[in-house]
Amino acid sequence: MGKLTIGCFASLVGSLNLDFAVKLSAAAIEKGHTVDLWVSGNGTMLSIKDQRPFKDYSHLEKPLKELMAKGLTVTACEACAEARGYNKDVTMEGFKRHSMDWYLASTFDADRVLHIGGE
Amino acid sequence: MATTKLGFIVQRPPYKSENPKLALTHAIATQSVEVYLNEGDMVTADIAFIGDGVLNCKKDQKAMDYYGLTSTDQHIKMALLVDINIWVCKEDLEKFGLSEDDLVLDAEEFGADMTVNVVPYSEISKKMEEMNHLLFF
Repeated sequence: MGKLTIGCFASLVGSLNLDFAVKLSAAAIEKGHTVDLWVSGNGTMLSIKDQRPFKDYSHLEKPLKELMAKGLTVTACEACAEARGYNKDVTMEGFKRHSMDWYLASTFDADRVLHIGGE
Repeated sequence: MATTKLGFIVQRPPYKSENPKLALTHAIATQSVEVYLNEGDMVTADIAFIGDGVLNCKKDQKAMDYYGLTSTDQHIKMALLVDINIWVCKEDLEKFGLSEDDLVLDAEEFGADMTVNVVPYSEISKKMEEMNHLLFF
């Protein structure tokens, strides 16, 4: 089995890039691969807890928690999150926060790196 | 001991999105990546500016004066300071009527040895083939 590192810089609301990244993570984990999901820039919005599941907006907290329980590692850029006021208190349980070098380190032994852009 | 080479390709113009700045800050973060790796292992980053992305390399940007923000050319200088290879597509630069004289080419004031390289796209393409992974911004 392989290791997939996915970086996503798009916000939770505004495009379906994060939805795609999470669905791709789910498919890879289902096949037995290891997945590191990194969110940076506006993508750090994914880390906020208590997302209310309106039908008109993406809400990924529930599938994300299920994936974390299955072994998904998901990490937010700490500086990007703090710059947006997404501090530790509003971060969902299990969501890691690190500096950007964590993402680069994750690519070191990744079989594939998929970078999914921002806005 | 092993090295993973990352190629950062910046295609978007400055200030219209966060992408170019994130490319530069992530690339600069290679300087501290060792803390997560075994001794001797490395991750390197090289940056190529192509298409609209070449506009990021315009010198004397005034983002600090007008917005109180670090300008993209200052980030480029920081990248040079930490010995990151930077390539700018010559053909795309010419499409904007720009030349090397319009660009931030070095960071001598910070003591950087590296310089920005303006090269044909064919050379950038060749360099990118040497990378383990490409990240598009």
